[in-house]
Amino acid sequence: MSHQEIKFYQTGTFTVGNRLLEPDQRSVQASMERTNSLNSGHRACQGCGEALGARYAIDAAMRATGNQLIAANATGCLEVFSTPYPETSWQVPWIHSLFGNTAAVATGIAAAMKIKRQKGDRRDVRVIAQGGDGGTTDIGFGCLSGMWERNDDVLYICYDNEAYMNTGVQRSSATPPAARTATTMPVGPEPGNVFGQGKNVPRIAMAHGIPYVATATVADLRDLEYKVTKAMSVRGARYIHIFVPCPLGWGAASHDTVKLARLAKESGLFPVFEAEYGEVTGVSKIRRPVPVEEYLKPQRRYAHLFGKQPHVETIAKIQAIADANIRRYGLLEAGAH
Amino acid sequence: MLKQCEGSHAVAEAVALCRPEVICAYPISPQTHIVEGLGEMVKSGDLKDCEFINCESEFAAMSISIGSSAAGARTYTATASQGLLFMVEAVYNASGLGLPIVMTVANRAIGAPINIWNDHTDSMSQRDCGWIQLFAETNQEALDLHIQGFKLAEELSLPVMVCMDGFILTHAYERVDVPSQEQVDAFLPPYEPRQVLDPAEPVSIGAMVGPEAFTEVRYLAHAKQMMALERIPQISAEFKSIFGRESGGLVRPYRLEDADTVVVALGSVLGTIKDTVDEMRAEGIAIGVLGINSFRPFPLDAVRAALKNARRVIVLEKSLAVGIGGIVATNVRMALDGVPARIVTVVAGLGGRAITRASLHRVFRQGLHDQLEPVHFLDLDWNIVNRHLERERETRRSGPIAESILRDIGTVASKIG
Amino acid sequence: MDKPFAITLDPGSSLANKTGSWRTFKPVYLDRLPPCNNQCPAGEDIQGWLFHAESGNYEAAWRHLTRDNPFPAIMGRVCYHTCEGACNRGRVDEPVGINSVERFLGDEALKKGWKFAPPAAESGKHVLVVGAGPSGMSAAYQLRRLGHRVTVYEAGPMTGGMMRFGIPKYRLPREVLDAEMQRILDLGVTLKLDTKVDNLLAAMQAGGFDAAFLAVGAHIAKRAFIPAGDSARVLDAVAVLRSMENEDKPMLGRRVVVYGGGNTAIDVARTAKRLGAEPLIVYRRTRDKMPAHDFEVEEALQEGVMVKWLSTIKQAGGADGTSITIEKMELDANGHPQPTGELETLEADTLVLALGQDVDLGLLNGVPGLEIRDGTVQVDRNMMTGYAGIFAGGDMVPAERNVTVAIGHGKKAARNIDAWLRGGSYAPAPKHELAAFEKLNPWYYSDAPKTVRPMLDIIRRQSTFDEVQGGLDESNALFEARRCLSCGNCFECDNCYGVCPDNAVIKLGPGKRFQFNYDYCKGCGVCVSECPCGAIKMVAEDI
Repeated sequence: MSHQEIKFYQTGTFTVGNRLLEPDQRSVQASMERTNSLNSGHRACQGCGEALGARYAIDAAMRATGNQLIAANATGCLEVFSTPYPETSWQVPWIHSLFGNTAAVATGIAAAMKIKRQKGDRRDVRVIAQGGDGGTTDIGFGCLSGMWERNDDVLYICYDNEAYMNTGVQRSSATPPAARTATTMPVGPEPGNVFGQGKNVPRIAMAHGIPYVATATVADLRDLEYKVTKAMSVRGARYIHIFVPCPLGWGAASHDTVKLARLAKESGLFPVFEAEYGEVTGVSKIRRPVPVEEYLKPQRRYAHLFGKQPHVETIAKIQAIADANIRRYGLLEAGAH
Repeated sequence: MLKQCEGSHAVAEAVALCRPEVICAYPISPQTHIVEGLGEMVKSGDLKDCEFINCESEFAAMSISIGSSAAGARTYTATASQGLLFMVEAVYNASGLGLPIVMTVANRAIGAPINIWNDHTDSMSQRDCGWIQLFAETNQEALDLHIQGFKLAEELSLPVMVCMDGFILTHAYERVDVPSQEQVDAFLPPYEPRQVLDPAEPVSIGAMVGPEAFTEVRYLAHAKQMMALERIPQISAEFKSIFGRESGGLVRPYRLEDADTVVVALGSVLGTIKDTVDEMRAEGIAIGVLGINSFRPFPLDAVRAALKNARRVIVLEKSLAVGIGGIVATNVRMALDGVPARIVTVVAGLGGRAITRASLHRVFRQGLHDQLEPVHFLDLDWNIVNRHLERERETRRSGPIAESILRDIGTVASKIG
Repeated sequence: MDKPFAITLDPGSSLANKTGSWRTFKPVYLDRLPPCNNQCPAGEDIQGWLFHAESGNYEAAWRHLTRDNPFPAIMGRVCYHTCEGACNRGRVDEPVGINSVERFLGDEALKKGWKFAPPAAESGKHVLVVGAGPSGMSAAYQLRRLGHRVTVYEAGPMTGGMMRFGIPKYRLPREVLDAEMQRILDLGVTLKLDTKVDNLLAAMQAGGFDAAFLAVGAHIAKRAFIPAGDSARVLDAVAVLRSMENEDKPMLGRRVVVYGGGNTAIDVARTAKRLGAEPLIVYRRTRDKMPAHDFEVEEALQEGVMVKWLSTIKQAGGADGTSITIEKMELDANGHPQPTGELETLEADTLVLALGQDVDLGLLNGVPGLEIRDGTVQVDRNMMTGYAGIFAGGDMVPAERNVTVAIGHGKKAARNIDAWLRGGSYAPAPKHELAAFEKLNPWYYSDAPKTVRPMLDIIRRQSTFDEVQGGLDESNALFEARRCLSCGNCFECDNCYGVCPDNAVIKLGPGKRFQFNYDYCKGCGVCVSECPCGAIKMVAEDI
């Protein structure tokens, strides 16, 4: 990929930092002066992928804009754990309005900033909207689509943990097939979430023809920072969909957060790519191909697939989804399979 | 400058004179002409330094307004009816966050059955949402209240809803005095937000507040509205000193001197009521009118002072609290706690039904003779109502009410089915 | 700003919420022992010096390396680098070319003329070292750096011991050997050549030595009884190799049969090839049983050395003295060679026996308290013999015999001699727990196969004593150094600092590593899982 031009061996492009790199090639997260946009003391669960993803993204955006940044935040875990009165963890100007209106709130902020500039404010203050998958793919989708369609100067970031975690792990339109949630219990003839539903929001974003759409995971910081930085270099509507494992909701060990994100990408279940004006312009290739079982097994939300009698057919259907992604996006290096 | 123009146009001009920075709206009758006018002014460049955003829903419109207001921009939007209901969650949020947005509500009925005509059900549904609600009697007042509205909103950091009757005002051509930019600038200083999203001073707006402080937060919202009770008359007076006319205020008494019967109402219907009262006064009947300009905050003291000598109060309102009756009347009753007046509700003009002088004469006379039931429906067609009630008693699956009624009265829609 | 109560909050306020109280387990940083370090007989801190080499600071790397081993240029050529066999990178792609980087550093030091720092203070003690081979010179170096006066008695005419007389030039060019020896002498070590010690105690007394380190090499060839005719020309391998250091090269004839399967057998055969002969190795067993290192066997075969597997020599020197008789062997069920009675006659101008060597322990005569067993002198774990103040190492003591082991003995003995001279005892730092592969997260290491060192072309390998294996240049040495996984030792990759969802890792700055902020650490363990090199572990919180 174009943004992995740095070739180091021991310290690779995969670690957060690298003492051997030139300062300007170092990641934002490696910096001693990083802004910690989401400060310590927040009340996210242990090993929260969303807290991690949000700090990665907002820190990168702060770097990219010289801290001239405002964030609007949907209701959800990220909002609740970061701003319970009387403590906020945010170091950026930040507003929470509602669950389903964040893209629109951001549009309003961007409009205000545009007028301020017109009126002589020298600062170029940029706007990010952020929310979980529920606030993005479901309840906030109308406002999101409107923001995209108008090509408002907003970067919308979805932190996708594949269910309504804040309310107690209910299904969202981002919940994958077979996954157990509180509203898709592993009971009956088709346990867990059903197959054949759900919404591919990055593709829908692309269908709006907006300048930039990307997916990323908390397992590849450099890629994530590159995409946020790139997004902030572009005007108009932009969308980044970040895969953020939820230890609590997925029934996974808190220390496996980054690992699960990595396995989701390496298995092909979560394709990592970027697109400009509706066309895919880059994909993150799979580096160490793994079968989907390796990703599914550490998560109790899939435990019903691996009981005394494993649901071989269901697992095969999930593998087929991964395989389809691999084909569609060309996720394997030529000859790597 | 005097102008003969549509009410919507007058409001658009007033809003433009207030130098708004962000305007967004989603079209809904009868609000459309206002935002069409503003959109054109922005696009043509007549209204400078303003962003006009066509958005995908009223919910988005209010949400965009929340964002722009929180970011320090003077923000305006307009809606009506279903649109107001569709944005409700954000309406409450805007006031909860203390954002001084000004919104026109071109009052219109709420469905079902869907109805595009005027009544006050939409605004009344939002009486507890934390916004200041000002009702305009005329197009001139609608124009004036927008200018006053921005001043009031920004001083208190509270949103203001200017309610004007849909079609009756919005689409009516009347002569209005459009003030000059200099006058408006002299009256309305640039927006200086109480709190703002600013990278130079980052704050988090919209925290989650638990039981330990929620009551205090709500009390403070109430206290702010109470402050408006002081500021609204002052702003009205300041307005008069610059613009030379009486406009706004909390209540508007009309011929209350020695009136033992007082009609209380809001909005444009006050004109018809005043005409009727003039005629009755000419007959020597001691009847007067109390117009309520500020419905929220509700001016309990001013209403009580105005009505304390009345023996009968007829509250004529364009809304119905289904299951109890009047909404305005309930508020008036609270103001008159301990005053031995008989208070009745007259529900009138729902869904755009005309309120004629003849009907008012009839109902006021009934009132004078204490012949009105506590909740009276003006010009209700009892034949239709009774026929339907009878039908429902007889047939379990009697079908949709609205269609049955239309069939009963033999209008076009009866051809459908 | 006139902020509304409760709804609008100031930045930094969440720091009041010390989420560390949620924790039941906490992460702690630790250093684990890299398998290469664990394996190295010379006790080199391989990971430690590679760390400096990775940043291109070769002098720092060389100085770090030479704390344990003063001969990187030599070791980079002759060490059998068992470290690479232990290297965790071998589980990812291929082991790090530790040996090649070591040689690069050694050569770089010679090229740049880097010198050892002289001792800061003199101890006033005087130590005798017997033998200027790898073990003796390693000890001399370490002792000198510790501030002791050191005199080396060498029986031969040159330094290097078995490195000179046992390792052919094409593997160890003599200018490299000489330079690394000279650098130790430059530190102020006194060398007395052609000084054979026959009576140790007398020599010590005469020289006024406070202690001695004995490091005599195994120069004496073992013989086997082989019936031989009068005219048979039978030589021993050590003698052949030693004579290569003289001006007169040995007269081997055309057909040279080498008997044995160790590295010395290979060395002799390859030397013979370079002298124009047609060498044939006769070995009793099969190739996989051969004690010689496989890469050396392979190189010998490439160069045209022939081997008769499963063969013993029954008779040397036929009627005309130019043939030998061999007997075919076969392996029994236990893998032992058994004679088959099948004989074969081969032409042979010379038979060279390469059957191993012994140490001449004559100098120990009259030293009381020593225990000699199987031709070696017994030492305690401090390398001290039964006679206080006399230490021994290298080929003289029971251990595997190779240069690296010998250098390690020298270092270990020196530290113990130093402690003994100062009236104390040397306590090595406790060993860290092993950085096993399972403790690593190899995902983070980029794919980077090992760099192959250049080999001399085959024609020159067959006809000259030019060095067979080339070295790395700066760029590929850097590449190779950077392939190190830094097993068990923080290399400041910033992963823990980055992946903590609670910003509970404090970055202390270059070279200072990190520190946990337990005020906020919730104990999720992501830092442990994502540490590439296994330098963090979770421990239960005391509650």
